[in-house]
Amino acid sequence: MRTTAELALASFAGALVIGVLVAACRVSPVAPLRAAGTTYVETFRNIPPLVLLVLFFFGFPKIGILYSPFTSAIIVMAVYTGSFVGEAVRSGINTVAAGQAEAARAIGLTFSQSFVLVILPQALRAVVPAIGSLFSAILRNVSLASVISVQELAWVSERLIADTGRPFQILAGTAVAYLMMTLPSGYLFGVIERKTAIKR
Amino acid sequence: MSAATLGDALGPRGRRRVAIASVLATVVLAYALWVAIRRLYVAGQLDAAKWELLTRPEVIRFFLGGLANTLKVAFVALILAALLGGVLALGRISRSFPLRAVARAYVEFFRGFPLILLIFFAFFALPHAGINLSRYWSLVLALTAYNGAVLGEIFRAGILSLDRGQGEAAMSVGLPYWPVMRLVILPQAFRRMTPTIVSQAVTLLKDTSLGFVVGFEELLRVGQIAGEFGRNPLQTLSLVAVFYVMVNFTLSRVARHLEIRQRRRYRAAPIEVAGVEDLVAVGAGAEQQPKGR
Repeated sequence: MRTTAELALASFAGALVIGVLVAACRVSPVAPLRAAGTTYVETFRNIPPLVLLVLFFFGFPKIGILYSPFTSAIIVMAVYTGSFVGEAVRSGINTVAAGQAEAARAIGLTFSQSFVLVILPQALRAVVPAIGSLFSAILRNVSLASVISVQELAWVSERLIADTGRPFQILAGTAVAYLMMTLPSGYLFGVIERKTAIKR
Repeated sequence: MSAATLGDALGPRGRRRVAIASVLATVVLAYALWVAIRRLYVAGQLDAAKWELLTRPEVIRFFLGGLANTLKVAFVALILAALLGGVLALGRISRSFPLRAVARAYVEFFRGFPLILLIFFAFFALPHAGINLSRYWSLVLALTAYNGAVLGEIFRAGILSLDRGQGEAAMSVGLPYWPVMRLVILPQAFRRMTPTIVSQAVTLLKDTSLGFVVGFEELLRVGQIAGEFGRNPLQTLSLVAVFYVMVNFTLSRVARHLEIRQRRRYRAAPIEVAGVEDLVAVGAGAEQQPKGR
């Protein structure tokens, strides 16, 4: 359970960074960056995370990229979820009223200044609910790491099912363990959501 | 489009700067690409022999078989999950408390549970209870159980997003419950939620790759087997990824198209899933927040 939480938090942090960068690329006035951002999102959003994981873990060592299962899982989940965060943030940017950007330009801020100081904070606040739901998606998706034998919750539970031969009890226990993580994090995001909600 | 909303038309200096930045970005991206290709080349992964395997007819047939399996599972599970979801949605808005509670409990349980465990459970644990399912059916069962819960929430959001007056008007002309649902509420709700449903279908399709863990021969398993056989996992798995991107990209486009058409038809933003347009096409976003906020 701790491993699951660690994996989820680490890949969530990575996904946030990647997502914001990708979103920034996608709204940038520089065309090649926009294209790169779009390609990134369309590629990684459409590949199943398990395919990415297997490719990364079994395919990439052939070109000398080899990480521990734990690190691989974090990298893959961050890359995958990053594309979703990127889309969420971009749509958040689109919800920020055009007047805000115009006002920022009017007082003489450059593009990057207005983006970082004016647009992005508002956009991020607008997408807190979406990002919260992505976090609980990560919590569940991290279970894929059991395939490359990271010993997280799903792996433990699969093992216990195989060892004890009491699948139903184990399943119930696992469900409780997941609920113990998703409910508090859902509550936490609810609080953050209320605190950061934009009053209009 | 976004550039237009974020800044005004650029002056000569701004244009020059953007041009310089464009060139720079192109150079950097090209360099990154070059490094990647070089790395592949040095490791001998671009050798013709590694790729040549993929062009053999029997290998191609093997891959297409995997693709067909993936699509078949996704299709069957989608239909079953839609039926289940419909029942759950009706349960959740029903007037009877026990029905609501049961539907609610089902949704909360299966939506918060990792799919991979459900599949594992369906295949390895159900035999303990005397239920033996083939790989195919345990995958379909798990996908249905999970996506039924998600689709149920999507349908419910669709129903709740309708104007109350619709149901009331139908009741007031004397229709009983079922015809109200069947003739008035459900068709409208379904139409409103079509884009979300299609994007959930993309998620479902991606999730079929989890059949891998019970050894079902879907696309990913096929890629893995072929990779072990030909000692070229990088190539075969990349091909798998390409397949998925092609199928899902097409589906996403369809969802997008449907949504835009709908927007035009109903003017106002009809779906309030997570509030913002692009999230509808984002699988996980739509998957989690279909409560009519």
